[in-house]
Amino acid sequence: MQMKFVVKKACCSGGRVGALELGSCPKPIETPALLLSTRKGLPHFIAPDLLTSLPFPDSHLLQISPLHFLEGLASTTISKIGGLHQMLSLHQYGIAAVARDSIQCLPESKGATKLGPSFETPCGRLSINPKDYVEMISCMRPNIWATLADEVPAWVSEKRNKTSVDRTVRWLDDCLALNPAAGSVFGAVVGGPNFDERKRCAMEVAKRNVSGYWIGGFGLGERIEERPALLSAIIDVLPDEKPRMISGLGLPEEILEGIDAGIDLFDSTYVYCLTLGGFALTFSLDKGGNQYDFQRCQVERDLTKINLRAKVYSKDMSPILGNCTCYTCRNHTKAYINHLFNVHEMLAQTLLEIHNTHHYLMFFRVIREAIKDGRFKKFRMTFIESRRVHQETEADCA
Amino acid sequence: MYRGMSLQAPITWCLCFKPKPKTNNTNMLPPLHSRTRSRQGYTTTVTNAMALVFEVLGRFNRARAARLTLPHHVCQTPLFMPVGTQGTIKGLTNSQLEDIGCQIILGNTYHLALRPTSELLDEVGGLHNFMNWQRGLLTDSGGFQMVSLLHLADITEKGVTFQSPVDGKPMLLTPEESIQIQNRIGADIIMALDDVVKTTITGPRVEEAMYRTLRWIDRCIAAHKRPHDQNLFGIVQGGLDPILRDICAKGLVERNLPGYAIGGLSGGEDKKSFWRVVAQCTAALPEDKPRYVMGVGYPLDIVVCSALGADMYDCVYPTRTARFGTALIPEGVLKLKHKAMAEDTRPIDPTCPCMVCKNYTRAYIHCLVTKDAMGSQLLSYHNLYYMLQFPKGDVPEWVCDAMEVAGIDISSCCAPFSSCEESVSKSMPEEVILAGYTSGSSCSLILPFIEFARFLFGSLCIFSGFCSILFGVKLLGLFNSYKKWNFGKKMPLGLIIGIGRAYRRKRPSSLDILSSKRAPRGYYKGKNCKPTGFHTRKDNEHVEHLWERA
Repeated sequence: MQMKFVVKKACCSGGRVGALELGSCPKPIETPALLLSTRKGLPHFIAPDLLTSLPFPDSHLLQISPLHFLEGLASTTISKIGGLHQMLSLHQYGIAAVARDSIQCLPESKGATKLGPSFETPCGRLSINPKDYVEMISCMRPNIWATLADEVPAWVSEKRNKTSVDRTVRWLDDCLALNPAAGSVFGAVVGGPNFDERKRCAMEVAKRNVSGYWIGGFGLGERIEERPALLSAIIDVLPDEKPRMISGLGLPEEILEGIDAGIDLFDSTYVYCLTLGGFALTFSLDKGGNQYDFQRCQVERDLTKINLRAKVYSKDMSPILGNCTCYTCRNHTKAYINHLFNVHEMLAQTLLEIHNTHHYLMFFRVIREAIKDGRFKKFRMTFIESRRVHQETEADCA
Repeated sequence: MYRGMSLQAPITWCLCFKPKPKTNNTNMLPPLHSRTRSRQGYTTTVTNAMALVFEVLGRFNRARAARLTLPHHVCQTPLFMPVGTQGTIKGLTNSQLEDIGCQIILGNTYHLALRPTSELLDEVGGLHNFMNWQRGLLTDSGGFQMVSLLHLADITEKGVTFQSPVDGKPMLLTPEESIQIQNRIGADIIMALDDVVKTTITGPRVEEAMYRTLRWIDRCIAAHKRPHDQNLFGIVQGGLDPILRDICAKGLVERNLPGYAIGGLSGGEDKKSFWRVVAQCTAALPEDKPRYVMGVGYPLDIVVCSALGADMYDCVYPTRTARFGTALIPEGVLKLKHKAMAEDTRPIDPTCPCMVCKNYTRAYIHCLVTKDAMGSQLLSYHNLYYMLQFPKGDVPEWVCDAMEVAGIDISSCCAPFSSCEESVSKSMPEEVILAGYTSGSSCSLILPFIEFARFLFGSLCIFSGFCSILFGVKLLGLFNSYKKWNFGKKMPLGLIIGIGRAYRRKRPSSLDILSSKRAPRGYYKGKNCKPTGFHTRKDNEHVEHLWERA
């Protein structure tokens, strides 16, 4: 079954709530939504039986990098098993395949050639051409897949940037010409920090017959001030009725910025990085976006998250967040997770990833409600302002 | 059949624990038991409280199935206890453990006392509370670390002095201290501190250790502050010597403890002496108390010990081997790292109803194991499921009946062990030994083959070892004749050893279930082996070791 996307409610600025219907997922998934980042198809530390403890249907969108499977598993075997859904036994999940995996490797300008981009995979740096990629995709049969893109960091020359747009559009044509039976195609949009190139790329991609758009090239060294303008330059050109996915925006502020511009799908690299570092998300999920009521007793400078490795938590027998309903907060205490981190036990990451993913999914829920009620602009302002005030006062104290 | 897969005795056929109609519940114990006894010159009144009830529900010869009621959980024995060294089974959550039917988790006192420290555990209400585990917990005494961390330990009559691997401070573990720590941790079952020696050691050290264990048990009993909440188990020591074992078992039974453990095994002794010790000890220990064989974890060993009347087991094997990429299946073990698994679209074990086998193929697990966290999580889940489910012994009734008719009766071979003067074990006929191994399952057909295979394998190893040395010497000669081309006058020792190793035959994987655990190549590099400053190898030892191998 093909993907269906409906925009339910759009703010004046561009922020919008939509519903994404995928063949495999029993319920439509509301956007803006978070795609859970995975490693070889499953979340890094959350075992499949614990995945069900995350909120439904919000958590039923996974982002998978097909390149992970180059290590040890042939595409033909995946095809023989019956595609990704069958192999991962995640029949009710929506799977989006994107070649870029910000955790493994950030795109570089040097590796790509005219034949295809190159990626750092588990089995070394590999150059992937559109033909191989499409073959992989047709074996894996994801619900959504993004075409190959030549992403370049913000500091490359104009000429290189221009080449990257040309290549990306050409590879998109190549991918479409091969016409794999599997999934909905998301056309890749790149263009670095250059408005004209961004616009040109978006216009070219918008002409093609694709079901959605994947926006790459962000989070690669562009200045924060230019980002809103760049995003709106792209979004203005893209048709409204198709979903837009982005890679490289992770922080809550960045997410709000993306949503404001009209992005629908985000990746969760941020959650993974926090988990590895031992940080738990604790920012307030207040409906108005207010962060003032944040617990004052914390000792961290950055009050949006806490460092569970810190010694102060070694005797703290309270859950990470008192009102959180995730598996971790219902069952375990900060002291226990602190101990697990101290002794390098794998369960620490498992528990923390569950909490952080849950918290971030809930954050998206709050945002969607705000958009539906038409108060997204105010929500965003309050959220960012109160967070900033918090950080400043804390900085003064220190 | 893959090369990575091995054949073993079908272990799912393990034991028949069908509750027999004749009820034998005279074993019901009063929860509180006190008595006066005199020993060695002084008389004490000891209140031996018990916080457990052990009811035997069914028997088959020496084997029994029982209900063990602990303060936190009602368990069915025989049971396997996965090892959660530092307050967690590596990679699994509590809810998963409950799903797969885990009844008791074992925690290591030594590790818990280092981090998060017993004072902290006491403050937060015990380990149960700390890790939010509602079922049973058992803590060992820290004695095993005398063996596993011997280079950090110094054993005297007073206790054991460890060098803390965390901060390097000396840490004295006396029997009193061990019990105090375990009282603070608050597990359902606590173990007395024993003096553990490797079973491969012989001589007066074994005897010393046994008598010391007996002396320490009194100190443990005296130090035990919470006898109504925690059960103190004594540990039978004595190496492989039946006389010493008997003295120790008698001494412990005299002290009327809530349960008994058979310790000092699984340290590399051969299986022939292993089962004899278990058979002797289970016969000497009272019928109405749980018997715990420490450190036993290979499926076959568990079947054998259960047949001999033991009830509880613990081992790191299923989880550790999972992290190294090996799955336990009824036929033996499956090495998922093997290349052949990359295209295998079957589940790990087609007959297994666990979450992993229902959902995932060998090919998928193959690409995860030893590389990603998820691989060890999924495989640990399967292996523990396998270990926790199979002792229930889903044996068809007809097998039990047939075996009864066949008259395989191992109760007959335990009688001589009760007296301490005789060590009749050596005179036992071979048939009885085999029967003892199998307890009426079809293993008896396969075991002789295994024994034979092991014999062959052993001789092969020796032979190939010789060959390799000879080959090395030959090469040496060859090299020496090419002296003029800068090979020097002597061939370096390392080169000889290297050549010897290179030509030594690899172990056949079919016997891997019996061999010791092995880490994957490069495991002890990088993050798994952090230099703490205390694990440095002594130079002499290192060289000696090399010579031994060469």
